[in-house]
Amino acid sequence: MKYAYYPGCSAHSTARDMHESCLAVAKALGIELNEIKGWTCCGASAAHQTDRKLAASLASANLLLAKQMGMDMVVNCAACYNRSKVANYEIIHSEEIRQSVADCLGQSYDGSQPVRHFVEILLKDLGLPALRKKIINPLKGLKTASYYGCYLVRPPEATGFDDPENPTILESLIDVMGGENVEWSGKVDCCGGMQNLTRTEITVRRSAAVIGMAQAAGAECIVVACPMCQISLDVRQADMEKLLGKHYRMPVIYITQLLGLALGISPKKLGFDRLMVSPAAVLKTTKAAV
Amino acid sequence: MTTRIAKQKTPGDLLKAVQEKTKVNLNVCYQCKKCSIGCPVADQAESPPSEIIRRLQLGAGDELLQTGLIWTCLSCETCYARCPNQINFAAVVDALKSLAVEKGVADPQGDAPLFNRLFLNAVESYGRAYDLQVIALYKLGTGSLKQDVDKFPAMLKKGKMAILPPSGADKGRIRRIFKKAAQNKGTKA
Ligand code: SF4
Ligand code: SF4
Repeated sequence: MKYAYYPGCSAHSTARDMHESCLAVAKALGIELNEIKGWTCCGASAAHQTDRKLAASLASANLLLAKQMGMDMVVNCAACYNRSKVANYEIIHSEEIRQSVADCLGQSYDGSQPVRHFVEILLKDLGLPALRKKIINPLKGLKTASYYGCYLVRPPEATGFDDPENPTILESLIDVMGGENVEWSGKVDCCGGMQNLTRTEITVRRSAAVIGMAQAAGAECIVVACPMCQISLDVRQADMEKLLGKHYRMPVIYITQLLGLALGISPKKLGFDRLMVSPAAVLKTTKAAV
Repeated sequence: MTTRIAKQKTPGDLLKAVQEKTKVNLNVCYQCKKCSIGCPVADQAESPPSEIIRRLQLGAGDELLQTGLIWTCLSCETCYARCPNQINFAAVVDALKSLAVEKGVADPQGDAPLFNRLFLNAVESYGRAYDLQVIALYKLGTGSLKQDVDKFPAMLKKGKMAILPPSGADKGRIRRIFKKAAQNKGTKA
């Protein structure tokens, strides 16, 4: 299994733990991730709010590089995944966007480069039976709330990730790891991450609502696949406590971090020491120590 | 809630401008309000998504650019995902936001246009996002230096924020994209 890997800007900043754990898990599972040379920013939310054509062109620059490598592009950041998928969709459906992208890149691009989230290749290319065989450190019934947020599932016609209202890919991975999935209704709600700096209170209230739902369902941790969600839910917990006077203490970890633990990789290599809210409760169930 | 809609308070045809920018056909909206029910910020908005569409249809002018939802929208795309008529309202908000910027209408509380500009400037110079610079300049620009001072030392210590600017991107390529996109913006969308 060989892929062109797009880390995304946050891999070297706010989501180093996401990137580190993804690489460690891939290595343990024999998945070859070849980092795209010279990759550039996908444009994130700043580009699409400013100019759709610029947004599609920025994302396409990387899609074209992956195409030249002749491999599916794998993304672990849900936000970059979303922007790349939306660029493909818009290029296929709009002549105007297609022309503008060709002009910006000096090269034509037809929107055909496959883009996959890392969890999709675990499920569909590696397969759950093969993954199960590699689990040496089961989660022992750790109560987990799988949180998808927006970027993986919306807009459904562009991402085609899973059922947009009730996705279950993360749950099926947790299941294989020996964790216990809690039933909850917040999994595709928005964390408010886009306004984290611009309208912080909106983010704090939205994220508190998400954590509150997971807590009410009995979750011991929330599992995410998006750096925007991770930062909002984890780093903003102190603000939630201040604003709402409630205590949360809810660990918010990447699916690849949890998977790494189950595969027997040390927490340090998986970036567990970078989390703001202590993941001690999670590590205890797997007998791992940071 | 009843909203009185003043027709053409300010001259100008916002509906046409939005449709040109987005190619979204707002005429197929039948006001089922699924978009507004699912919108996480509708309860604080003067006009929720479905009402903004109605106001556009009824000939709203630039006063619509003052409406809070433009600046509180989270781009969560729930409105678009749930619309039975596939109306991409999230794209409508993006279009209204860029029209507001073009016409100099400001975000009354935060400053999303400033944030977006700083973010894209960093991408244009480094080829990748540079969080530390963007956040510092944003906080300087909005006079909100005190907010979050407690978080940065911890994030830096935990390696959750890079100090040095990013390296390794194909900068020539990215600059060409920005240059061409700026030229294309001038042409009719
Ligand atoms: S969901 Fe679609 S059809 Fe229904 S009110 Fe909203 S935009 Fe109109
Ligand atoms: S994209 Fe914006 S308008 Fe649409 S549901 Fe989300 S927050 Fe509301």
